[in-house]
Amino acid sequence: MSDANTQKTPLTHAINMDALNRDESTVETENADIAITVDDLNLFYAEKQALHGIKMEIPRKRVTAFIGPSGCGKSTLLRCFNRMNDLVDNVRIEGSIVLGEDDIYAKGVNVADLRRRVGMVFQKPNPFPKSIFENVAYGMRILGIKDKRKITESVEKSLRSAALWDEVKDRLQDNAMGLSGGQQQRLVIARAVAIEPEVLLLDEPASALDPISTLKIEELIYELKDKYTIVIVTHNMQQAARVSDYTAFMYMGELIEHDSTNKLFTNPEKKQTEDYITGRYG
Amino acid sequence: MSQPSVKWSKSGLPWIWLNAGAVSISLIMVIGLLLLITVRGMSYFWPADVMDAKYQESNGRVIHLIGEVVDSQVIPAANARDNGYTIENELELTRFLVKVANRDVYGNDFRLVLEPFLTDISYPKNIMVVERREWGNAIGYLRSVKEHGKVIAEGDKARDELMTRLKSAVATFDTIRDIQKHDIGSINYQLEQLRLKRRGLELDGVTDKAPYEEIEQEEKQLKQQYDTLLKKMEVLYEDIRRDSMVMEAMNGTTFEIPLGKVVRAYYPNEMGVFDKLVFYVAKVWEFVSDEPREANTEGGIFPAIFGTVLMVILMSIFVTPFGVVAAVYLREYARQGPLIRLIRIAVNNMAGVPSIVYGVFGLGFFVYFLGGNIDALFFPEAQPAPTFGTPGILWSSLTLALLTLPVVIVATEEGLSRIPRSVREGSLALGATKIETLWNIVLPMASPAMMTGVILAVARAAGEVAPLMLVGVVKLAPSLPLDGNFPFLHMERKFMHLGFHIYDVGFQSPNVEAARPLVYATSLLLIIVIVLLNLTAIRIRNRLREKYRALEN
Repeated sequence: MSDANTQKTPLTHAINMDALNRDESTVETENADIAITVDDLNLFYAEKQALHGIKMEIPRKRVTAFIGPSGCGKSTLLRCFNRMNDLVDNVRIEGSIVLGEDDIYAKGVNVADLRRRVGMVFQKPNPFPKSIFENVAYGMRILGIKDKRKITESVEKSLRSAALWDEVKDRLQDNAMGLSGGQQQRLVIARAVAIEPEVLLLDEPASALDPISTLKIEELIYELKDKYTIVIVTHNMQQAARVSDYTAFMYMGELIEHDSTNKLFTNPEKKQTEDYITGRYG
Repeated sequence: MSQPSVKWSKSGLPWIWLNAGAVSISLIMVIGLLLLITVRGMSYFWPADVMDAKYQESNGRVIHLIGEVVDSQVIPAANARDNGYTIENELELTRFLVKVANRDVYGNDFRLVLEPFLTDISYPKNIMVVERREWGNAIGYLRSVKEHGKVIAEGDKARDELMTRLKSAVATFDTIRDIQKHDIGSINYQLEQLRLKRRGLELDGVTDKAPYEEIEQEEKQLKQQYDTLLKKMEVLYEDIRRDSMVMEAMNGTTFEIPLGKVVRAYYPNEMGVFDKLVFYVAKVWEFVSDEPREANTEGGIFPAIFGTVLMVILMSIFVTPFGVVAAVYLREYARQGPLIRLIRIAVNNMAGVPSIVYGVFGLGFFVYFLGGNIDALFFPEAQPAPTFGTPGILWSSLTLALLTLPVVIVATEEGLSRIPRSVREGSLALGATKIETLWNIVLPMASPAMMTGVILAVARAAGEVAPLMLVGVVKLAPSLPLDGNFPFLHMERKFMHLGFHIYDVGFQSPNVEAARPLVYATSLLLIIVIVLLNLTAIRIRNRLREKYRALEN
């Protein structure tokens, strides 16, 4: 436990001291606005249960990190928020997830609309084999936006907010596959924010990247949380400690502990959590 | 086993030798095939020297022989003895196949002669070869040129006179053919359309006089045009019938050839290599650009090239969307289970059905059933003559589309399954529906695989002959399926095909010996056409690959 603590401070320091300070202040705000409410969520892959009675509230415009060992269900839970699990055969979900006011698993929910409200970035960069411009404009084109000026402005804005604009502004028409992995991942983030979602789901966004690209992505997450509710799944505990305001620890499909990052890493309530963050297992 | 050989086999060298050997044998066979076809096919157009010689026949009579040596063969002498030749103590001797031409005079284009009985061989410069529109070539000595049956030039002067007059005669012939094909063809087509229109009105029970009068008016106009053309043609015919040439054949008989029936005349023995090269190029050009003459054994094969290419293009247009849609359903929408597996096996096995079976199916289903019903519903005025209820290019391309469908389905499915899941999810996560993802991301990315399917389909379809004989290919089509008469593309027409042309010329022609080189030339052309079609498709595929090269990372 003390290990985690001593590790945490210098690292956060190295990145952004201001952000850390802000973290401290928000943690104390107990009545944070709630973006997503998960109630008694069970998920089954055929007969095998992957999530057990998950109950949690995800605060608005904050970064919430899911940590836990491999196979603990953190990605599965994340993929419930935009109903990505629907694509898997034989999946069965019980319970409810409420986004704002709407139960996203209610009957008659338009999944495409939901996914516009809940953007997602995947583990491996997955740009489309189109130009950089078209990658960012894709979501708007799907929405049926025809106004060229609006699209151009929005593409620039999104690329700027993904801190990619300066690197690609001269080659917007080049194929996105020619970008480096880190650039591709930021492009994918730009693509996601271009349609202005409420929530941004990041599924181990930096695990396939080198340290410098990882740093850039982390800085980006700081900046984006002013505008979006961010949920990030990560294997890397230091990363969770650096970027998130709240952290949820999951183990074997159950939510063990969910608290402000500071508290969870310095003074966890559960023994399991302590064992995990001090590296005793996982 | 002894030690070194065990060691040798363990080293893996035998394997490498075996593999390399298999590759070499395949290569040698392919190259040998291409070489044989190329050499045989290309030599067909080369103007060979014409021999003038004395030949002693088996009955001892000595005849005068003029002709070009086409082929030579070593045969056992006993064979010749049986035929009445007296041969002393040789065991083998050479036999020449000599093209003596003048089919109308001797009744046969070719003669077999034995080398020992040829004497006084010479290659006189004034031997002339005349390519005619009928009866094949004529070979002999030019004696005179006539105008209206009166001799106007003889001996040496005849030659220049002939060349100038021949030039104008050929030009006139081309004009006549042009008028016949285009102007008169178009008038006939329009008249036929008017006849059908009137018949249609009658069938509809229209009693009003006005439309009938309109048709009559138009017919009158067309007939007037026709008469004008006819008058023009008469003048041209007069012109072309005016001149003729007189030649002397090897047996001393002289015969007259009207210049209207001559394509070209030349003195092969006098031509240098350069002249022959020019002649050669002209002949090759004629071959690929002209229409066939004399039951397809002379002239060009342009309609067959055109028919082959058009049919393949139509086939691709039919098979691509159909195959892609089927593959998308099988891979993207259908629930993967035993039924889909069964369907997939059935589709794969369809590729193994003999092509003639497809031909029979095409004839029964497309031609008789579909075509017959289309005729009954939409073309009652043309009855009893069938419009679509008869073999044609539409049914041919549909039949071949069916034949090549499995290839396209399998290739497209393969391509679809290779699109990474992450890219699909990326699109779905942006709020795109499944169909939007399919259209915007998946299908473009799978397009190189689709093109691979099309390439394979084209390669298979272009070489297919058997089913086509049942559903639309003919020996000689009167008109191309694409012409200047509305609606330009006539899908109901029959067409010519290179593959069938090879079969027809090789086996069905009246003069197999004369046609053999043509078989090679046509084969060569068919290969070239297929290679070109494939190269086009491959270029398109490579361009698509370049564009969507996401699959590599």
